Amino acid sequence: MISLKINQKQYDVDVNPDMPLLWVLRDVLQMPGTKYGCGVASCGACTVHLNGDAVRSCVTKISRAANQEVVTIEGLSPNGDHPLQKAWLEADVPQCGYCQSGQIMSAAVLLREKPDPTDQDIDDAMNGNLCRCGTYLLIRKAIHLAADMQKQGAKI
Amino acid sequence: MSVINTKYGRRSFIKSSFLAGGGLMLGFNSLASLITEGRALETIPDEWFNINAYLKISSDGVFTIKAPHPEFGTDVRTSLPMMVAEELDVDWKKVVVEQADYKPSIYGRQYTGGSRGVMEKWVPLRTTGAAARQMLIKAAAKTWDVPEAEITTEGGVLYHKASGKSAKYEEMAARAAEIPVPEKVALKDPKDFKIIGTSRANVDLIKMVTGKAPYSSDINREGMLYAMVVIPPAFGMKLKSFDALSVKSMPGIKDVFSFKTYEDGYKRNMFDTNAFPELVAIVGNSTWEVLNAKNKLKVEWQPFTEQSFVMAGFRGEQTVVVPPGLESSSDHKAKMKDAADKPGRQMRKDGNPEEVFKNAAKVIERTYSAPFLPHYMMEPITSFAHYTDEGLFVAGPVQSPETTINTISSRIGLPPEKIHIELTRMGGGFGRHFHAHCLTEAAVISQKVKAPIKLQYTREDTTNMGSYRPACLAVYRAALDKDNNLIAFHVKAGGVPDNGLNANAFPAGAVDNYLAESFSIASNITSGWFRAPGDNFIGGVEQSFLDEIAEAAGKDPIEFRLELLKRSKEKPVGARADYDASRYAGVLELVREKSNWAANKKRGVAAYLCHRAYAAHVIDVVVKDNVSRVQSVFSAVDCGIVVNPDSATNMVEGNVVDAIGHAMYGELTFTKGKPDSSNLGKYRLIRMNEAPKNIEVHFVKNDIAPTGLGEGPYPSVFGALANALYKATGKRFYHQPFIKNSF
Repeated sequence: MISLKINQKQYDVDVNPDMPLLWVLRDVLQMPGTKYGCGVASCGACTVHLNGDAVRSCVTKISRAANQEVVTIEGLSPNGDHPLQKAWLEADVPQCGYCQSGQIMSAAVLLREKPDPTDQDIDDAMNGNLCRCGTYLLIRKAIHLAADMQKQGAKI
Repeated sequence: MSVINTKYGRRSFIKSSFLAGGGLMLGFNSLASLITEGRALETIPDEWFNINAYLKISSDGVFTIKAPHPEFGTDVRTSLPMMVAEELDVDWKKVVVEQADYKPSIYGRQYTGGSRGVMEKWVPLRTTGAAARQMLIKAAAKTWDVPEAEITTEGGVLYHKASGKSAKYEEMAARAAEIPVPEKVALKDPKDFKIIGTSRANVDLIKMVTGKAPYSSDINREGMLYAMVVIPPAFGMKLKSFDALSVKSMPGIKDVFSFKTYEDGYKRNMFDTNAFPELVAIVGNSTWEVLNAKNKLKVEWQPFTEQSFVMAGFRGEQTVVVPPGLESSSDHKAKMKDAADKPGRQMRKDGNPEEVFKNAAKVIERTYSAPFLPHYMMEPITSFAHYTDEGLFVAGPVQSPETTINTISSRIGLPPEKIHIELTRMGGGFGRHFHAHCLTEAAVISQKVKAPIKLQYTREDTTNMGSYRPACLAVYRAALDKDNNLIAFHVKAGGVPDNGLNANAFPAGAVDNYLAESFSIASNITSGWFRAPGDNFIGGVEQSFLDEIAEAAGKDPIEFRLELLKRSKEKPVGARADYDASRYAGVLELVREKSNWAANKKRGVAAYLCHRAYAAHVIDVVVKDNVSRVQSVFSAVDCGIVVNPDSATNMVEGNVVDAIGHAMYGELTFTKGKPDSSNLGKYRLIRMNEAPKNIEVHFVKNDIAPTGLGEGPYPSVFGALANALYKATGKRFYHQPFIKNSF
C-alpha cells in the first residue's frame, strides 16, 4: 500500500511502486486531467507539482510521490479560479486543448517563482511543454495576464 | 438579406415535438432541395445539400445547439453553433453546445477535414436558426392575433411594439412546435450580424483548464480493461509468431492474442490506410501493467513478400499492390532523383515550353525536397470500445466517422445502426485521424474479451504506425526573356508515393508557356493527409522559386507576383486557373501595407491559396550567434466572412507556428523500414522559445461566404520562411528541414 496526498486529499493505493504517477492518476484514481503525451518526459503534457516542483508524472515513479504533496490540474485551485486558469479563459488559449493542463501546471510554478516574468523567463520555463497546435503566443500572453491579475489581487 | 427556400415540407421535418417542460425540439432532415434566392447556387458545392441542424429550447430559456462535426481543435464546436444562434437571434450566453450524435440521416455529413466545416455548414445552420425563429414569430402572431410582419425579435425575446406585448422564446416554444416548418426563410444581411463576426470563447475552455475529461483517452467505464497492441518494428514486416505464455502470467495481464483488423478479402475504403493489419493485443488491468507485458512479449516478425488488397478511392476501386522490402530514406532519395530526371506524367501544358526554354535569355532551375512527416498530434492514439449483445459503443479520434463505422461494421459483423460512435474531442488530428483503424482494433478486442476496453497506443506506436506526409521532391524551371519577363514555367513534382501537385494552381494561367508534370514512387510506408495535403510542400517551394525568379528579374517579390496575377486576371492563359487573381492579389497588398514591407530588407514574403483560403505572410528573421530565428510574422488572410475572429486569429497563428516548426525541424527518416525516431526525445517539434515573438494577423474584410482556416494559411509560411532566411543569411533554403538544408 502506498500513501499519497493528492490535491490535499489522502489516498492509499495498492500498486507496483514502479508504476509512474501518471498512470496511477489516470487509471487508478480516475483523475484524467493529467495527460499522457510521450512517456519520456519530452512533451510536458503530464506535468504535475510534487512538493511544489513541476515534474513529469510519466517518468515519476509512484514510490517517489509517496507521502509527498502532489497537486494536479484538478487541484490547482478549489474552484478553477487560479489566475492562470482565469487568464487562459480570457486569452482563449487552446485549440485542441490536450497540452493545456500541462502548460498551466508548468506556468504555475513559474509564476510562483517569478511573479512578473519577462518573455525570456516564460520561454525558458515553458520550453519543456509542447503544443502541436502552436498556441505558444497565446500561452505567453495568458501568463502575462495572470501575472497582472496576481499583482492586482495582491493590492486588494 | 437572402431568402432561402427551405422546401422541407412535412415529410422531411423529422421532429417538432414537445419536450418535458414544454420546450421546442427542432430538427431538419434534408436540405436536398435547398435553393438560394439572390445568391448563385453554383457557389454551393454538392456536399452542402444533405446537412441539417438541431436545436432544443428549454422552458427555462436554455438553448441547446448541437455541434455536428467532431472537434480536433479548429473550433467547430463553437463557430458552427454560432451560426444557428445568429439567425435564431438569441443571447449567446444562454446557449449550451452539445456534441451531436453521429447520425448522418439527421445531420448530413459529419466529418472534420479539408477545412470544410464552416463552409459546408454556413447556409444549412443559419437556415436552421432562421426557420426556428420564424416559427416562434408565427406562434407569437397567432397568440397575440397580430400580423407576423409586425413582430420583431431581439436576444431571444419576441416583441410586438404597437401593442407593447413581448414574450421570451421559451414561453412561445411549445406553441411554435405546432407550427409547420416555413417554406421559405429570410437570412440576415451580413451587416446585421450580432454574433457572427464577434469573438466567442471556445465552449470547452473551462473543461480544458480544470482537467475535465473531454477526450476519448479520458473515457472510463465500470469493468473497463486496458489494451495495447504490438506492431511490427518496420514497414515491410508482418507477424510471424508470438509466445503468449511469455507474458500471460505477468501481474494484471488478462489476455494475449493476435487478430486481423480486416477479414481476408475485405474491400478497403479510401481511409483504410493501414500498413499493419495483423497485430498482437495485450489486455490487462492497467496501462502500466499492459505496457510492461508489451515490452516483454516474445514475438517474431518476418518481411512480407506480397501484399495486395482492393481499395476504394476518389477514382473508384483499384487493386493496391504493396511492394515488399525494407525501405530506407536513401533509397527514396535516389528514386525521386531518378524519377525527376525522366519525363513525368504531363498534367498541364500551355504554349510551347520546350522551345521557349531552348531560346530563353535566362533559365533558372532549382530542386526542392522535403521528408516524411509524422503528425505528432499531442494525444497519442487512444480508442474505446464496448461490445455487448445489444450493439457496439466506440469512441476515439475520428475525422471521418462514416468510413470508420463501415469498416467496423464489416469487421465486427454488426449493421451500422447497431454501432454508436461517440464524437469525442480529439487532442489534435492534422489529417491523421481520417485513418481511424484504432477504433476497429478496439472493437475487435472488446468483442474478443467481452469487456469495455481502452486501447492505448504508446507515443512510439503512434509514430511508427503513421500515415505520414509523403517525402517529396520538385524540380522547377523558369525562363526569362532579355527584358526579364517570365516566359516559361515548368514544374515536375512527385514523392513517395506522390504529392498533390495542382497543375491549375497559380502561376498556371499567368505564364504563356507552362508545363506541369508529376511522378510517383510506390512504397510500403503508409502516407496520408497531413495538414494542407500536397500544398504543404508545393505551396512553400513554389513560393521560394518565385522569389528567385523575381530576384533574377530584378523585381520586388511582391510586385513580381502582382504583375503575374494581373496578367492572369486580364489575359488568362489556358482554359482553367483554380484561383481568384483578385483575392490572391488582395492578401499580398494587405500584407504589404500592414507589414510596412519596404521598411525592412531582411524579410521574406509568400502567398498561396489553399483549401479556399488565401493567405500571404511576411516573415522577419534575425540571426544571432549563428542561429536564425523568426522574430515577427505579418499575415493577411482572405477566408471570406470571419465567423469567430479571435479563434480565427488563433488558427492563423497556429498555422504559422506549426509551419515554421515543420519547415525548420520536421523530418522522419527510415532505415530498413524502421523509423529512425519514434518519440520526442529524438524528434524535434517547435518549442516556445523558437516560436516568433509577434504574429500580426489581418483579415480581408468582405461578405464572401466563409471558408475554413485549418489549412489555408499553412503552405505559404514555408515559402515566406525560406525567403526570409535567404535575406537574413544569404543562403537559399531548398531542402527541408531547413536546419539541415541538404538532400
